[in-house]
Amino acid sequence: MTLLQFCYLFSAVLFILGVRALSSPETARRGMNLAAFGMLVAIIGTLFGKHIVSYSWIIAGLIVGTLLSLPISLWIPMTKIPQRIAFSHAGGALAACLIGVAEYYRYRYSLDSAHMGVIAVEVMLGALTFTGSLVVAGKLHGVLPGHPITYKGQNTVNISLFFAMVAIVLYLMFNPEMNALFYILLSCAFLFGLFLVAPIGAADMPVVIALFNSYGGLTGAIMGFMLGNRIQIITGALDGASGFILSILMCKAMNRSMTNVLFGAFGKIQEDKSENQPGRKQDAHEPKSLSIEETLEFFEHIKSVIIVPGYGMAASQAHHALRELADKLKAKGVSVKYAIHPVAGRMPGHMNVLLAEANVPYTDLFDMDEINPEFQHTDLALVVGANDVTNPAARYVKSSPIYGMPILDVDKAKKVIICKRSLAPGFSGIENELYTNNHAWLLFGDAKDTLTKLAYGFKRGW
Amino acid sequence: MAGGIDISDFYIFILAGFLGYQLISRIPPLLHTPLMSATNAISGISLIGSIAIAGENYDLVTNILAFIAVVCSTINVVGGFLITDKILKMFKRDTHSKGMKS
Repeated sequence: MTLLQFCYLFSAVLFILGVRALSSPETARRGMNLAAFGMLVAIIGTLFGKHIVSYSWIIAGLIVGTLLSLPISLWIPMTKIPQRIAFSHAGGALAACLIGVAEYYRYRYSLDSAHMGVIAVEVMLGALTFTGSLVVAGKLHGVLPGHPITYKGQNTVNISLFFAMVAIVLYLMFNPEMNALFYILLSCAFLFGLFLVAPIGAADMPVVIALFNSYGGLTGAIMGFMLGNRIQIITGALDGASGFILSILMCKAMNRSMTNVLFGAFGKIQEDKSENQPGRKQDAHEPKSLSIEETLEFFEHIKSVIIVPGYGMAASQAHHALRELADKLKAKGVSVKYAIHPVAGRMPGHMNVLLAEANVPYTDLFDMDEINPEFQHTDLALVVGANDVTNPAARYVKSSPIYGMPILDVDKAKKVIICKRSLAPGFSGIENELYTNNHAWLLFGDAKDTLTKLAYGFKRGW
Repeated sequence: MAGGIDISDFYIFILAGFLGYQLISRIPPLLHTPLMSATNAISGISLIGSIAIAGENYDLVTNILAFIAVVCSTINVVGGFLITDKILKMFKRDTHSKGMKS
């Protein structure tokens, strides 16, 4: 065993310990420092490897990469984390893809079938993850239209393109010297990434980010196969498993099947939505609204409150005001909990990070499964910027596009106050039955403004 | 390209995949965002592959491709660990109201 192999083995152990430490916020930071140390060991070990004859390109790359990484990690607002992560997926996949191209370019006349197959799959997966992730980042950032881009026969086009790529890979395995075909494969894969994500709406991005996390990991693992580098295989497998689990969790939270995601058939569901929308329901009750003063009176008599935040809350930067209000309530002895739906943010766990940013202690944050039984014992549920995840229609209205989606049982709380800008339907364009509920009141206004007024009014009145 | 494709590599892949599944299933949804940024940072290990190719100095084409790969992976490694730490630093326990609850 050479020293370099020992370094890699050591790093692999540290990576695994690092991921393991993420099972609790207490140990997570220490674990990540371990993993970072493992990374350093692996990199230094590689730099002193005997195959390295020239350092100029390496050092230039390390410096440029480090400089570019600083602005996108140190000064990025937490609301923009999802697009930043998607962007890094694109970068990682591009790296693996380009190394595959470099290896093909260099060895194209001496490749055996197995290596050719591995390189072709690596380049294909890397290229489609690269463009796909860029589209995801673009949609999340609002540069690209968030609504699904669909056209007739889209699935047929995508599936044929996919099979064409598989055919090219198989052909190349036996004819590795077919230069042109390899670059056609590369271009097809770039295109396929675009086609794959185009029909997916911004609301479904949590699933897609996680899925590309998984693809990125797999690309890395395949690169490890190609270079005979086992630590890359291990980390790639870890990364792939992580993305896979997260995408399954997100699917469950949105009541989508995995096949639905894997074959990119989101478009169908989007179509259903528009059909179901107009004049779906005539309810007897009109939504009731509240003023700030009336809301404050509500707060006077409660013992417990569950806050249900949605992405809208963070988008309008209301989370700091929300935390202030929560602090006031706590100071009065009211129990305050936050109910976090898995898809409350734009990526897995995003809402937790946004609230943590506003200094909400993580011990106050509860998952859907933990908090749902508690709603019925709670005096007041305060919904801020969340919509579809609170819609009781998901339980029993079979025609509703969100039917079957697990929701937060907000309607079971004794009273519900919904902080909202207007009655306009949310992200998915579905009316929320909660608003016409007997014990629900709407508090109209900009979330940040309203919450600030509430926090201030509360202080004054008490 | 070092050696052929070893069958034991597949064993490693499968076992690491199972290990990952077990480890990651235990991570609470609270930490799913840092998990993603952490796996992002760790998967930047493709940097070592990129360094190896860039250092072999075969010809200009491979050098440029490997240079871009080194840049991209370095962004993931450095940026990934920095942002993971930045996120994890924000997670705090409830300190001030601890006394009140009891």
